[in-house]
This record gives sequence, C-alpha cells and structure tokens, in this order.
Amino acid sequence: MKDVWESVIGLEVHAQVIAQTKLFSSVPTTFGAKPNTQVSFVDAAFPGMLPVLNRFCVDQAIKTGLGLNAQIMLVSTFERKHYFYPDLPAGYQISQYQHPIVGEGWMEIETEIGEVRRIGIERLHLEQDAGKSVHDLDPHKTYIDLNRAGVALMEIVTKPDLRNAEETVAFLKKLRRTLRYLGTCDGNMEEGSLRADVNISLHQPGTPLGTRVEVKNVNSLRFIAQAITFEIARQTALLVAGQPVEMETRLFDAQTGETRTMRNKEEAQDYRYFPDPDLPPLRLEAAHIAQVQAALPELPDAKKKRLRTTFGLSAYDADLLISEPEFAAYYEETLEALLKGNNHRELTSHEAKIAANWVLGDFFSHLNRTGLSISSTPITPTRLAKLIHLILQETISGKIAKDVFALLETEEGDPMEIVTRRGWAQVTDIATIEALVLEVLAKETAQVAAYKAGKEQLFGYFVGQVMKASHGRANPQIVNAQLKKLLG
Amino acid sequence: MATLAHKTIAEAREGLRYGAFSARELLEACATRCTTSQHNAFLTFCLEEAQKAAEEADRHWKKGAPRGLEGIPLAIKDAFCTKGIRTTAGSRILEKFIPPYESTVTQKLREAGALFLGKTNMDEFAMGSSNITSAFGPVVNPWKKASCSAPLTPGGSSGGSAAAVAAHLCLGAMGTDTGGSIRQPAAFCGITGLKPTYGRCSRWGIVPLASSLDQAGPMTKTVRDAAILLEVISGYDPKDSTSAAVEVPPFEKEIGASVQGWRIGLPKEYALEGLAQEVRDLWERGACWLREAGAEIVEVTLPSTPYALPAYYIVNPAEASSNLARFDGVRYTTRVAAEGLLDLYEKSRTEGFGAEVKRRILIGTYVLSAGHYEAYYLKARKTQALIRQEFLDAFKQVDLLLTPTVPTGPFALEEVPHDPVTMYLNDVLTVTVNLAGLPAISVPAGLTAEETPLGLQLIAPPFQEGRLFRAAAVLEDCAQFPYWKEEA
Repeated sequence: MKDVWESVIGLEVHAQVIAQTKLFSSVPTTFGAKPNTQVSFVDAAFPGMLPVLNRFCVDQAIKTGLGLNAQIMLVSTFERKHYFYPDLPAGYQISQYQHPIVGEGWMEIETEIGEVRRIGIERLHLEQDAGKSVHDLDPHKTYIDLNRAGVALMEIVTKPDLRNAEETVAFLKKLRRTLRYLGTCDGNMEEGSLRADVNISLHQPGTPLGTRVEVKNVNSLRFIAQAITFEIARQTALLVAGQPVEMETRLFDAQTGETRTMRNKEEAQDYRYFPDPDLPPLRLEAAHIAQVQAALPELPDAKKKRLRTTFGLSAYDADLLISEPEFAAYYEETLEALLKGNNHRELTSHEAKIAANWVLGDFFSHLNRTGLSISSTPITPTRLAKLIHLILQETISGKIAKDVFALLETEEGDPMEIVTRRGWAQVTDIATIEALVLEVLAKETAQVAAYKAGKEQLFGYFVGQVMKASHGRANPQIVNAQLKKLLG
Repeated sequence: MATLAHKTIAEAREGLRYGAFSARELLEACATRCTTSQHNAFLTFCLEEAQKAAEEADRHWKKGAPRGLEGIPLAIKDAFCTKGIRTTAGSRILEKFIPPYESTVTQKLREAGALFLGKTNMDEFAMGSSNITSAFGPVVNPWKKASCSAPLTPGGSSGGSAAAVAAHLCLGAMGTDTGGSIRQPAAFCGITGLKPTYGRCSRWGIVPLASSLDQAGPMTKTVRDAAILLEVISGYDPKDSTSAAVEVPPFEKEIGASVQGWRIGLPKEYALEGLAQEVRDLWERGACWLREAGAEIVEVTLPSTPYALPAYYIVNPAEASSNLARFDGVRYTTRVAAEGLLDLYEKSRTEGFGAEVKRRILIGTYVLSAGHYEAYYLKARKTQALIRQEFLDAFKQVDLLLTPTVPTGPFALEEVPHDPVTMYLNDVLTVTVNLAGLPAISVPAGLTAEETPLGLQLIAPPFQEGRLFRAAAVLEDCAQFPYWKEEA
C-alpha cells in the first residue's frame, strides 16, 4: 500500500469580532462606511498615540473560547508583528503570539455518514485587522482605506485533525454557526468577516506528517472545498511521482479553481515579534470568566438536542431549525406565543410539530419568495402563532390557513381579523350544515337513488358537494356525520 | 542683569501673587531672551499663543483665582505633541508635522495656566547624549570651560530644555528621559532634572523612543520648582495603559523636611574606572552633606550594574526600531518623490532619518530577528529584571541611593566622540534607573576644575519621588551651586 496517501488539514480562521468599536481605539466599526471616516489617530498610527484594549472584545474572545470548549488563559500578552505595508500604518500589527487569550479546545462535527468527529482547537488569539489597499481605482495610484485598520479579529487555529474537503466545510459551517449563536462574529464570508487559510499536507498512514502548504485567499466554503480538492490532487501527483512537496504559501485563484505559488520558504517574512511595551499583560479573574460562562447562550448542539427530546422533532427538522440562530429564535418565539395563547398550558409535541412544519414550510418559502429577512417580514412569530392557534381551535381548516398565511404578507391585523373580514371561519353549526346537506341531497336526486341502490363510493362525492356549497368552510367531520345520518 | 526671566517658578508665583509684575511682563522678559539667545535651544516658538495665555493668566490672577502654574513661562521639549504647533522630535522626517492633538502632560500644564514659549531642540528622536544628532544642529551649553571658549555640549537628549532653563530663557522646561535624557543634560547645564517613576506621568502624545523606558519629567532651576511641576504633570491617564493609578502626594511639602535617620546607600559598582576624580570627590561631598543632615550613609551592592549598559542598548534600539516603523513616508511624514512603494519607503527613510537613528533601527531590527531574539532581546530583558530586583532588594536596606549623574563634566561639541560606544558610556550612571523603572533626580552640586557643572543623582524606590525632593533639597542647600550668569 505504498501509494496510499492521506490528507491532513488544519485551519487558521480569522473571525471579525462583533463590537461597537475597534480593538485598541474607540471609533466605530460599521461595514461599508465611506473610506477613511472611521479612523482615529491611534488607527492611523500618529506619533505618540497609544493603544487601549477594548474590554468588550476581550469578553467576546472569552465567550468564543468557552463556546469552543477551550481553556481561557488567566494571563495573555500582546505582541507586535512587524511588516511594512501602506495599509498597516504602525508598521506592525498588534497580535498575540506567545501567550494567546484562549488555549486548547475542541468542537464536534458530524460527517456525511453520521460519524461524530472531535476536531481539536489549538488556540484563539486577539489581533488587529489591517486597512485596505485599493489598487484598481487608478492605474498609477494605490488608495488606502483605514476604516478596517484596528478592527478586532479572533484568529482561531485548529489542530491538523481534518481529513478532507467535506470535513473542512462541515467544520467551518459548524464554527460559523457557533460564532453566530455566541454573537461574537456575524460569520459573513462575503464581507470578509470570516476568512480561512487552509494548511494541507499529505502523508502515508503511520508515518510522520508531510510538508504542509498554506492556501490563502479562499473566501467561500465552495472555494475552500475546491482549493482542498485541487491541492490534494496536486500533492498526490507529486508524491506518487517521487517528487517532494515544497513548503510554501499558495494563493487560490477563483477563476481557475487552482492554487499557485505566492511565496516560498526562503521568502517567508521575519515578523520580529516582541511584547508590545504599550500594553501590559492582560490578566483575567477566574470569577469574571465564570460570569461570562454563566451568561453563555444555548449553543446549536444543545438546542438541537432539546428540540428533539422536548418536542420529538425529527433530526432533519431540528437541524434545519437550528442552522441559523435567527431561525431557531423565530421558531422558539412562535412556540412562546402559542404558549401564551394557550394560557400557558404546556405545548404538546403535536402542536410543536405543527409549528415546525409551518416555519420550515410556508414561512421559509415565504422568505425565499419575497427575499425578506426574519427581521423585516411582517409575518412575526406572534402572527404565525395566532394563525396556528386558529387551526388548533378548528376555527379554520388547514386549507383556509394557507390562504390566510398568504394574506399575512400584505394585510395588517391578526389572522382572526383576516378570517372574519373574509368570512372564512369554519362552519361548525350542526343546523347550518344539516341545511346544506339537505339542499345538496335535494338537488342530487339521481345520485341519491344510485347511492341507496348500493353505490356507496358516491359518499365522497356528496361530501365534496357539501363542502363546495359551504365555500370550503364547513367542518368536514360534521359534514360526514350529517351525510351519514341523512342518507340513512 | 537679573531680569524677570531669571526668577524661579516659586519666586515668580510669589511675584505674580503680590502683583509685583504681570504674567505679560514675565512672558515678555522670557520672550526677549529666547529670541536673542544664541544657544539654538528652540526649534519652534509659539509666542503669540503664549501672549494670549498670559493675558488670560493675568485675568485669573486679578480675579484671585489662579491655577497651579498661572502665567509661568515654560519651554517644552519637541518630543511632546502640541496641538497646532509643529512637533519634530528633532528629526527631518517630522520637519513639517503639526499634531492635531495635545499630549496629556502638556495638556495638564496648559490647564494649570502655564505659558509655552516654544519647542526645544533635542537629539533626533531622543537618541543621543550630546545633542549632535538633532537634524537642526546641536544646542550650545550656556556654560564654558575656564580654559577655552569652545562651545560645550548641553548633553542630551533634552539639551534644548536644559540650556533654556540654565540660560534663563524660561522658568522651567519639560524633558523626556529614556536612559538619562533629563538628568544628564541637567547635570551638564547646572540645573535640576527629575525622571519620575515609570507610569507616574502619561506617555500619551509623546513621540516615543523606547516605550518601556520613556518618562516625561521636569527640568528646573531648583528642586522646589521640580516638585511644583511634577505635581501638575503626574497622574493616571486612561489613554496610557502603562500609566499607574497611584495617588499623587503633595511633593512641594517635602522641601525643607528633614532626612534625619534616613539611610542613604552608595552603590559600590558605580565607582567606575572612568569616573573623573573630581566626580568621585563630589560624590563623597554629597554623602557628607547628607550625613551632616542626619542621614546614615551605607555602602550597598548592585552586582548586575555592569550589564545595564549592554542590556539598555538592546532594549532601547529594539523598541525604537519598532516605534519608528510608522515613519514611512505614507502619512504625516515628509514624503520623497519615488517610483513605487519600496522606493518610497527607502527614499523617505533614507532622507528623513539621521545616522544615529539608522544605526538604532539596524541594531533593533537585528536583535529582534529570528535566531537572535533569544540571544539578545530576551537576555537583555532578563538582565533588566535582575537589575530591577537588585534595586528593590537594596531599597529594603536604604531609603535612597546617591550616585554621580555623569562620569565627567561637559565636553566640547567638537570633541564629541565619533565612536558611538564611547558616546553610549555617558549614560552608564543613568540607564539603570530607566531599566528598573525607578524615579531619580539630578541636582547641580559642584563644578569641575574647568568651572563647568557637575550633578549628583538620587534614586528612590518606585513612586517615592517625595523622598527625592526631600534629600535633593538638602544637597541643593549644602552645595550652594553657583548658577549660570551672563558674562559681564
């Protein structure tokens, strides 16, 4: 089996911290602001300006560390990482090198065949982002936008525990979801608030790890999968041919789906890290960490487990509902509203299941169709819950409910008001239905005769006729009962 | 002829209080001397602003509501960023830099009613002990040798401030001290200079040399004046994470208080081979004065002293090389026309920086680079920790330490050694204090055979500046130092 090569993958993920202000200065961090409007003298590295650590960002890092089952370090330090570039005003980036704020941890992923794998986290540290160089506005000039300079990032480094593109994508999806649940990173890969560098190496099972190649500039999950697949094929071909893999940094080219050399080992930079003399070591109190821990929100795995055990939702439904924190929140707010409508009688799993079906079915297709977001749609959890309530109360049938749901998009008011306005309430009055049945039977003398002669399959026809006469509003159970009675 | 400019701060405060003269008259006296002085002490004057401030000061005096330094004309070392007033740090690269902000220390002085005459000349980025590295030519010491009239060095790097105080161009001045830059020029110019405990004063808005060693401090005609100024500029600043949240005691009260029963240590390692005999004699005299005042003199040992200078000349260039990375020709610095980015960096920095700055950038870059970091930077840091510990241990036995400030009297500017290592030896008695983060004061205490000034240095435990003032006042009283006078 000497030509069996196994791929080993590790990630360096840069996650932009959700915070009002930058890591070391007090200017805002809004995305898409006019260039160079969110820059302080600290960010632009004016002489004599000093960094002051944003404690909120520290708490965000602690939160994330705890969410990744990681050790929070009571003492960590900030270091300067030096390189010259115009969008790095100080000539160094303040980062954490020797003593990061978060140590080892782990996160579990589920592979496509349902295997649960625990992926090790090596560390998480805080650092500043650089500004942006814009090269394509003018053929002879480079423009610098320092809005992003100094924005807080968390660099999350995994152990080389991932084996292929699928696992890597599953890990990143899970990580993104976890960060979003924690509220520490919005996970927006398009805007660059979540970026990953991928380290890939190949080795033969049972032998030491091979030479690793770092792939940069991969800004979507699809590209990451492509880059990994390409790199594995490239390295396998080299190794099978008996050639060495060079230790280097490669860039992913989204046009070709290939990677190419960016810089090799010899060109590797010497960053001359040393402790930033402007920032004393960061010391954390164990009690403070415990406070953050206590305030941690429910994470996706726990939520999924709870939805399944409490309400008996299927794994598939639960997975869909927890896939984004907003979805889960919408669903749970809907349940909450239902509970209120029920005078706080505990919800049955049947009711929870109906609610899940509405959220995953009509509500999601409504979002897809209209392009609205959960925060902008007029169909609030309260309104949806009221609609579901009408069904559970048998005020309207499931069929009418779908029409009412469609109207919630455009019409104001509670579902009940819409039903009343349209006169869509289900008819359950026995006398009214009896009158309708008699009316139908009086019209359908020939069919009634045929039925009585033994053509019993005509019963369904009569039901249909009565429903039609009631414009779909008659309660089907009562219609059945009345028909049976009057047809004798 | 003694003018108002010849007054001490304490004397001027009394004169203003009793209406003997106005702040405008006081300013006028200083301004006249400043603008006719031949010492090259100032790089920039701001007399118009000072005029307005003097008028305001007179109004405050008239109302009987003067602030702490109401109407006192001061000179400010050009390392302090002053809003709207050019700040060069003695460098060509900042020749046109006008800060849009005011350093915390100068802000506190302004808020106390002080008037700023201008910005004083200094070694480029405070790198030097003789003022010859200033991009704008060296300051000339007001003192001359008895035997020849060759211009003498005022010392450095705060040479402009020292000369301005000594020559009565101002009542007091601000300096910064990284390895002796306040105390050594104070000794050379026959004035008092105090380097506070690291963290006592905010570094915010001061163009840094080595961030872990830099401190701002007063340079004055008397010990009392130094106490008056230190009270104003001290205090915790949330904008400087290395500033200390400790109480600022009323320092001026220490003047005249007794040192009866104090133990004063003489560190034997400071009796260097290169110490001039007249310096040794002065040191002994100083010890006698304190003994006569009731203190006990004991010998102490600080065994790591010989390693201080090498450690200092690793830590200082390491931090300096990093701090200077921001001067890249991209933003506020002088930009030289160039082809492409690398060329822009190279030309701007080649033309903007002087030889000593380039030397320290090279040394600093070297000692921080991979493979040398452990051998140089880390070892220097360990040495520094050892030096600090030895001081703290010594302070378990003694209240203060007494040493000479400089190994020799001031030398002629044309005799300044070209060999940087010989030049660095000038800092041998002062750098330990910065490495240990301690407060120290230099008091003019005697003259050389050439009738040039010599200083004695007192060193105290962290945040015990009060002890310095008390003992320094005793030395001052005994020394009856002949302050500089104009030649008839």
